[in-house]
Amino acid sequence: MDYERRRDTVAAYVTGELDQCSAQGIRRELDQMIKDPSVKRLVLDLKGMRFMDSSGIGVILGRYRTLSQRGGSVAVKNMNAHVEKIFCLSGMNQIIQII
Amino acid sequence: MRTINQMKLEFSSIPENEGFARVAVSAFAVQLNPTLDVPADIKTAVSEAVTNAIVHGYAEHAGIVTVSARLQGDGWLEITVSDQGKGIANIAQAMQPFFTTQPEKERSGMGFSVMQTFMDDVRVESSPGCGATVRMKKRLENNA
Repeated sequence: MDYERRRDTVAAYVTGELDQCSAQGIRRELDQMIKDPSVKRLVLDLKGMRFMDSSGIGVILGRYRTLSQRGGSVAVKNMNAHVEKIFCLSGMNQIIQII
Repeated sequence: MRTINQMKLEFSSIPENEGFARVAVSAFAVQLNPTLDVPADIKTAVSEAVTNAIVHGYAEHAGIVTVSARLQGDGWLEITVSDQGKGIANIAQAMQPFFTTQPEKERSGMGFSVMQTFMDDVRVESSPGCGATVRMKKRLENNA
C-alpha cells in the first residue's frame, strides 16, 4: 500500500478489496505506518478501493483507537456511496472525519 | 413462485473463497439487468454471510460452505448461505449490532446489520452443533 508522511500525518492509499481475507494484511501495513508515536493523524484515501464489507469497520476503528490514545485522529477520503453507507451504518461518521 | 434460474456453489471454508462467492452470486443476479446498486449490495451481503460461516461456523474446524441462489419469476432473488459448523446459540443476540464473540480480532459485529441494510429480507436458522443457514431475499428491479 502506498503512503506519504507529512509532519505528524500519514496518508495511506488503500486499494483493492477490504474484506476478512485481506483485513489482516492491511491492518499490519497500517500499523507499521503509524507505529512512530509522533504520528497523530491517519488519512485513509479509499479512491482505489473496489470493495469493503464490515471487516473494514474493524480495521478503521482499530487504527482510530490507537491514534485516539495518543490524542490523534483518523480521517477518510474519497469513499464511494456504497462504502459510505457501511461507514454511516456503523456510526463511524460520528468519530471519524470524512474529507 | 416459478424459479427461472438457480445455482449452487460448495467451497472450502477458507477466506480466499469470500471474494469468489460474492462475485459469483453477483454475476448470477446481473442476468435480470438490475439497477447499478444491486450487484454491490448483493456482493456485500454475501461477503458478510460467507465470512460468518468461515470465522464463526468453522472457527474450530474447517468445513464446506454452501451458497445457492434462485431467481424467481416475480423478480426476487433468494440467496442461501449455509455451513455445518458449530451453530449459533443465541440468534437474536448474534444479530444485534456490534455483537461479536471475537473483539480481540477487531471484528466489528456488524455483519448481520450490513446484510439487513443491503437486502430486503434476512432470516437465520441455527442451533448449537448443527450449523447455520442464512436466507436473504432481494428484489431485483429491472433496469431494462
